[in-house]
Amino acid sequence: MSKPKVAFFDFACCEGCQLQVANMGESLLDVLGAIDVVEFREVMSEKWDQDFDVAIVEGSITTPHAIEKIKKIRERCKVLIAYGSCATIGGVNGMKNNFPLDKIREEVYGKDYKYFETVETRAVPQVVKVDYLVHGCPVYIPEFVNVLKAVLAGLPYQVPDHAVCVECKLNENVCVYEKGVTCLGPVTKAGCNSWCINNGNICYGCRGMVTNPNENGAKDVIEKYNVPMNLVRNKMNMYNQCREIDQSEQKKR
Amino acid sequence: MSKRNVSINVEYLTRVEGHGNIVVDVKNNKLETCQLQIVEAPRFFEGMLQGRSIFEAQHITCRICGICSCGHTLASIQAAEDAIGFIPSEQTTKLRKFLLHMENLDSHILHIYLLVAPDLLGVKSFVPLINTHNDIVRRALRMKKTCNDVCDILVGRHVHPISSIVGGFTKLPREKDIDAMHKLLHHLRKDMEATVELAAKFKFPEFERDTEYVGLVSDNDEYPMLTGEVGSTDGVRKNKKEYKSITNEFIVPHSSAKFAKLSRASYAVGALARFNLNSKKLHPKAKAVAKAVGLKPKCTNPYLNTVAQLVECVHSLEDGLEILEDLKKTGINYDEEIIVGLNEKGTIPVKAGNGVGAVEVPRGILFHNYEVDDQGIITKANCIIPTNQNVNNIEHDMKKLVPEILKKSDEEITLDLEMLVRAYDPCISCSAHFLDVKFVNR
Repeated sequence: MSKPKVAFFDFACCEGCQLQVANMGESLLDVLGAIDVVEFREVMSEKWDQDFDVAIVEGSITTPHAIEKIKKIRERCKVLIAYGSCATIGGVNGMKNNFPLDKIREEVYGKDYKYFETVETRAVPQVVKVDYLVHGCPVYIPEFVNVLKAVLAGLPYQVPDHAVCVECKLNENVCVYEKGVTCLGPVTKAGCNSWCINNGNICYGCRGMVTNPNENGAKDVIEKYNVPMNLVRNKMNMYNQCREIDQSEQKKR
Repeated sequence: MSKRNVSINVEYLTRVEGHGNIVVDVKNNKLETCQLQIVEAPRFFEGMLQGRSIFEAQHITCRICGICSCGHTLASIQAAEDAIGFIPSEQTTKLRKFLLHMENLDSHILHIYLLVAPDLLGVKSFVPLINTHNDIVRRALRMKKTCNDVCDILVGRHVHPISSIVGGFTKLPREKDIDAMHKLLHHLRKDMEATVELAAKFKFPEFERDTEYVGLVSDNDEYPMLTGEVGSTDGVRKNKKEYKSITNEFIVPHSSAKFAKLSRASYAVGALARFNLNSKKLHPKAKAVAKAVGLKPKCTNPYLNTVAQLVECVHSLEDGLEILEDLKKTGINYDEEIIVGLNEKGTIPVKAGNGVGAVEVPRGILFHNYEVDDQGIITKANCIIPTNQNVNNIEHDMKKLVPEILKKSDEEITLDLEMLVRAYDPCISCSAHFLDVKFVNR
């Protein structure tokens, strides 16, 4: 079997998830032995104008041009992987949707803001069909390698749909609520091995919320620790603001 | 010589961070257009920060860029602490300097090996080098991974560091961690020597254009990266609080980007600027490498920014090792480990204020500026990115360069221009958030 042709594309993002690939070290060469990278603008000058098997897409969709471009990428590939939180759930770019569009444009770019085309931030699955999701800001490389193996084997990959707390407990961390600070671990999808809490910080919810969050449990925790609701709400929308697009579209139906 | 017409339009410049185009138009030997266009999608970070806690600023702004995410972290923290009047401990400052060294080393290695070396070895990217120069590719990936592994130990990860926050560190390295980091860096020395040997053989295009070089300066003996005042090779010296009078951003009708200038038409920031300002303060081993490769201040060939990066790599590695040795000797005070979150507990006292961070990140001096109210909520944010400051200088370089190389073919001119832009190691994904962009061809 010939090696699958893989192309990397980036939209609005920091390109840090692509960099995570370069950070794999020499084991990157093993990955490159299994795939044929045909386009990767950040590190390659080669450009590819034909169809390819796998598109790995980083970043959120934030301009009319990007909407057209992602649709064309979808047409040219067999498998599309949304790579990193900006792509999978909108990520930090979604915070823009907290503000009226023209107001934030003018705030940042002054009176010439009209030169900066922008639309409401959308995650890639909110624009085109996506086959695989690699969550995280940045992505967690062991999970990416698992997804890549699934793609190569033609198998589905199921993102863990239990809370970060499960992994956090296995890592024997003391719950940060016990230390008097709030954490989004109880409502956020696991799969990162509770990366941030292991390093003394809190969970910011970068992998997106579990599909069926334990709302009553969360309420109990919030009441028990007397956490102001606006703090929690503000934190939720750091990565998860684009959810509102889905919710308002569901209401329309 | 016959009159030459050249029309170059490089759409989506490759091997740079972010999206940029080069447009050059020469009619009858006369340069009519020469632009570096920035076409990155704007992301509105400064707007998004409004109304958020100052204790979230670092988490959000480090996500402006994956490559200099530690640099953004440190500039953001410095601005935040300046705004609320928090003074970091000596230990914290030492660890932050070490983190900045690792960032610098990591980013420069990525640039030298993966982004610049392919041009000098005559290939389109590092991918063909896997077959032709396998040892070089392996060394590059190994070195990159070492920096990454050190950052993993110190701050949880290199891309979007976890434990470095306003107030200090949420987790401090244990003795075994310091030993592990020291061992990793010690082993990097051999690869660094090989890197110097390789880079010494690189032939860069010959081109000179005198310009003003801007960066941090100080009165002590330390090569200033994290602290100091802002200075230039034209003799300017100002407090970082006056950063707006350093960058003097302005808009010109023929251009797509917001420009910066200080004493003359344009200025440059980055490794070459730092070298030109502070080469006397480099680690002796870095000085020896500069001497060996023939880099002397004031160097005015912008292509040699890559060589200045090489010299800085040696400096960051050696000074980094010395910081670790010092920490091992003095020991770490673990009482300084802090739990802050969103400062729910009021761990860190907050007052209203206006703070500036000025930090030397791989591509040059980076400014963050926040205004906060007495609750620690951000009311105004501004960030000025190194590449933003360099775009004007790059255009001035291109305008001088193109007439000098008109004898070359279109392909050669294009490559020379691409290499020039790449030499600055532009981080367009950062700078675009703060630029005025006109989409000429759309």
